[in-house]
Amino acid sequence: MTCKEFLALLDDLIDDTVSAETRAELEGHLGRCGHCEVVFNTTRKTIEIYRSHEIYELPTGLRDRLHAAIMARCKKGCS
Amino acid sequence: MAIIQPVAGELEPHPDVALVERVRAGDVAAYDALVRKYERQIFRISQHITQNREDAEDVVQDAFLKAYEKLDQFQGNSKFYTWLVRIAVNESLMRLRKRRTGKMVSIDEDITTDEGSVPRDLADWAPDPEQNYGQAELAEILRKTIQGLPQGFRIVFVLRDVEGLSTEETAETLGLSIPAVKSRLLRARLQLRERLSRYFHRRKTGKGASSKEKSPEETIPAKAGVEKQ
Repeated sequence: MTCKEFLALLDDLIDDTVSAETRAELEGHLGRCGHCEVVFNTTRKTIEIYRSHEIYELPTGLRDRLHAAIMARCKKGCS
Repeated sequence: MAIIQPVAGELEPHPDVALVERVRAGDVAAYDALVRKYERQIFRISQHITQNREDAEDVVQDAFLKAYEKLDQFQGNSKFYTWLVRIAVNESLMRLRKRRTGKMVSIDEDITTDEGSVPRDLADWAPDPEQNYGQAELAEILRKTIQGLPQGFRIVFVLRDVEGLSTEETAETLGLSIPAVKSRLLRARLQLRERLSRYFHRRKTGKGASSKEKSPEETIPAKAGVEKQ
């Protein structure tokens, strides 16, 4: 397997959507190629960092304003 | 595609189904529960698309109101959450169009770049590289980095990797084909990785440098400018 072939399947490896056979091939390549190993590990880490850090926090007061808007809108129709 | 009917005992209905039914029956408190459950995600998605806090707040309000009003049109063959995300994405793109009057805004813009499609930075990162930054500083790095991605890549990454939509749901939400979502996701991930490498490289050892030290170019100004797309 070449690095280009590895890269084409990188997402599938990260998302675990490969067959056991393909996974073995990809992992075999990882064991032999330090560059692809770095790309694989740091790409996985990139996703993990974005997933675990809330970079835009909900503004204070937004929930109350939204609740008030919904109540105003539903005055006509809901109980 | 065949419609798979849920079989009793095999497939639990999504908890939102009951909440949606209660709202339809006139129980507005049930809608509050849905708001509380998804307001954070909807705000984040809107902020990632509009890149403007005021617009994002307006989008959250408009999207939840629109979903409330159109709940009767919600078919239930998709999840309430993905239906809501679709409304928020459309509202966000509309806001963006208003801000950039006369300029077309679509999720197809700026995706012709080849940047990052072939990894160039192959140096390894420090173990737990985020530990080298304070919370506020790290958040600023992450914001600045993702803001620099082309819009069409950023939306796919956010929906798929941050907010947990499947490839199929992302494709449906954005009106893209599944191969288009996959190709954008790979390039978004690789570009983000490349850009974060600037901050997260393993520090060079020697000269007594500790892993906590940062060189001047690795620190970022307190108020970093948003990269123009």
